[in-house]
Amino acid sequence: MIGRWRRTDLAAVALTLLLVWLVVYPIMVVGAEAADGSAIRAFVTRPGEWAALWASVWISLLSVVLAAAIGIPLAFLFEWFDFPGRKTLGALIALPVVLPPLVGVIAFLFLYGESGFIARAIQAALHLQNAPWRLQGAVAILLVHAYSMYVYFYLFTRAGLAKLDVSMLEAAQALGADRRATLWRVIVPLLRPSLVGAAMLTFMTALGSFSAPYIFGGGFRVMTTQIVATKLNGDLPLAMVETVALALVAVLGLVMLRRTEGDDILVALGKGIAPRPRPIRRASVRRLTTVLGWGFAVLLLLPHLTLLLVSLVPYGAWTTEILPPVINFTNYRRLLSEAERLRPMWNSLWMAAVSTAAAVAIALAAGWLVVRRRARWRRAIEGLLALPWALPGTVFAIALAITFSTHAPLQLRFVLVGTAIILPLAYLVRALPLTGRGIIASYRQLDPSLEEAAASLGAGPWRTLARVTLPQLRPGLAAGASLAFVAALGDIVASIVLYTYETRPVSIEILSSLRLSETGVAAAFGVVLMLVSALVLGVGARR
Amino acid sequence: MGPARARHGRRPLTGFLEIRDLEKRWGHGVTVGPITLDIARGEILALLGPSGSGKTTMLRLLAGFEAADGGRIAVAGEDVTTVPPARRRFGMVFQHYALFPHLDVGENVGFGLQGRGKRNEGRAQKISDALALVDLAGYEQRKVHELSGGQQQRVALARALAPEPRVLLLDEPLSNLDPALRERTRHELRDVIKRVGITTIFVTHEQEEAFDLGDCVAVLNNGHLEQTGLADDLYEHPANLFVATFVGRANVFRGDSARVLGGNGKGVVVVRPERLQFADAGLPGIVRERRYTGAGAFFLVEGDDHERFEVLAEPDAARVGQRVHVEATRVIAL
Repeated sequence: MIGRWRRTDLAAVALTLLLVWLVVYPIMVVGAEAADGSAIRAFVTRPGEWAALWASVWISLLSVVLAAAIGIPLAFLFEWFDFPGRKTLGALIALPVVLPPLVGVIAFLFLYGESGFIARAIQAALHLQNAPWRLQGAVAILLVHAYSMYVYFYLFTRAGLAKLDVSMLEAAQALGADRRATLWRVIVPLLRPSLVGAAMLTFMTALGSFSAPYIFGGGFRVMTTQIVATKLNGDLPLAMVETVALALVAVLGLVMLRRTEGDDILVALGKGIAPRPRPIRRASVRRLTTVLGWGFAVLLLLPHLTLLLVSLVPYGAWTTEILPPVINFTNYRRLLSEAERLRPMWNSLWMAAVSTAAAVAIALAAGWLVVRRRARWRRAIEGLLALPWALPGTVFAIALAITFSTHAPLQLRFVLVGTAIILPLAYLVRALPLTGRGIIASYRQLDPSLEEAAASLGAGPWRTLARVTLPQLRPGLAAGASLAFVAALGDIVASIVLYTYETRPVSIEILSSLRLSETGVAAAFGVVLMLVSALVLGVGARR
Repeated sequence: MGPARARHGRRPLTGFLEIRDLEKRWGHGVTVGPITLDIARGEILALLGPSGSGKTTMLRLLAGFEAADGGRIAVAGEDVTTVPPARRRFGMVFQHYALFPHLDVGENVGFGLQGRGKRNEGRAQKISDALALVDLAGYEQRKVHELSGGQQQRVALARALAPEPRVLLLDEPLSNLDPALRERTRHELRDVIKRVGITTIFVTHEQEEAFDLGDCVAVLNNGHLEQTGLADDLYEHPANLFVATFVGRANVFRGDSARVLGGNGKGVVVVRPERLQFADAGLPGIVRERRYTGAGAFFLVEGDDHERFEVLAEPDAARVGQRVHVEATRVIAL
């Protein structure tokens, strides 16, 4: 049976090497090629570079603060208090997280932008000559970030609160702690891992955020938009130095946040009974909470409703009116009837499907090797799968663009840029943490005796996989796969660096429609993306 | 129903299931075996031992989930040592049953059967036969999580038996049930196994379960087989001190006390609590505790040399603090 062990270890080594080639190697290539004297000098001496790097840092940190300020109170409200509509609202509030960032951003643009719905209404109401505001620069970016990223704090805090043991709170009270003391001395310390987790996720998302600064930034540059601009200007050496700088900031940020995390003590103590939501007794407070809750939900849904409305307005039909004068399905008809517009839709769908399937296959192999076979290098495999999460998407996009634009088979570098392979490959790299996490976690929970039972009943390895393992892994697999698919479907970060006209995905088509002022078509694409994403995530979340 | 014979026993008969020098070496120098056992066709063998004694490893070696580092396993003369579990045709009931939660009861039971689909009549018949065997006729459509612990255990048994395996393996078959249910389930389990007539090995750490369910018992300790035999043999004629103290309650006496109770003056004397009684003369001591069990009472007696031992007697045989003398009706000299 030594032979079998060798085969397992060989498979683990092969998988590790594949992951290194996909995930680490391109970064190393960029790191090596960025060591270029003049480019580094240019980076160090130009004030614009430092400004963009600094902007990335403070925008990300402020995004964390704003998201926490919105998300944490909401989580307490929905977890601890009962009021009419609590369940429906609680689910609605988590909605922004499931939508592609680009869709959220253009929806925001159509609602709050200078030619958006609200600006228009105010302009008309007050008979102003110009739009009352310009939604641009850092403030606009922060608004969009807060709007889309508070969900991390909301979800993580709720999950943390749900794990709290009610008897711990009762113990604190029995020991003489009042409510304030209980909150600060018991609840907050116990929530710390959840809060740090949310902060890390928010920080990373904000640091890697591209659509918001790209569309709302104007002259204000953060590192992601700066890199793409440099790349488009053709200054590759500088783009590589910028990429390395952004990667370093990301790693530094993660390390510092990680150090504040501490152990998840709630897990160590085992599960208790979570406090039950308290009905709000006083009628006035109750009414106020209900109104605020629903008001907030409407506020959250408004951008998406606006997107829907804009998608129904034909080109050029809506100029200065407050409400659109014409509403029909022209944009959708154009989307479906014009081959040039169907193409991006098809491109996005197949590229997302292929990359997701590959990411699922890799994660399954990893789960089997790491959890079931306890193969050598299992730590390395897990780390490699998680790594793409720790670096902004732009970093990987540039790294892939550099690594796979040279033909050097001996260095394992091939010309893939410009082919149909490069975008699915980029999506695959970004999908690995999502499928890897979901599938490995499910594998850990899977009782090995189920597979042994199948074997003792005469099922071979493939039958066991198909009839026992996969059905049991389904929740984690479906969740990871649907998140990966939706991320690839709406991706713009990697696409904008790597697309060709032939392989352009929906996000690029949305941008070019916006550039041509075809807002209706852009919105229609956005609605389609939104619906497909919601559908896929809905299916993925079903138990 | 011949007793299994260990290597150290009388002349080994050729069994239906033969285990020869079977061995598993874990890291850190931990080794299970070599173990040699023969089990006759239709016999139920209990592997009894404390946790860490290697009994679960033995069972997993037999099932094929672990690869042996030495020795061989043969069924009816066929060497199956390297046959993978899927082709070994050994049925297994897992400690936590390992029922497939995404399949209903019928699909679970039919998992190991040839063919597919509910319309396959031969298959459906086999499923309902297997369920009828464990007294769960008509439960095909039930969801696994709707069943009680005892019902789940029976489904697991039906599932293991449905493909007509050559050997049945049970891992702590009753440990997951509440104590009230155990004794009844034990008898039902034995009844089913005997009706099917399948050669069975089960693992347990409870002596009562091993005695009640097994035709014979193999005692494992530290990866080694200490003794194999009928329950009475193990209890009355333990091969060594480990078996004497692990199987049943035992008082161990050494030196003078041993001599007073009737030992031969050398070595150790083991006396069961029910084989000690209060008398006018014998080993002197003071009753320190009395534990009433209903049918009788255990009296914890401290001897003059501060050795402590238990006497099982009538509930009113002595009082705490009373000075007593104890004599043995039967001793086991080791």
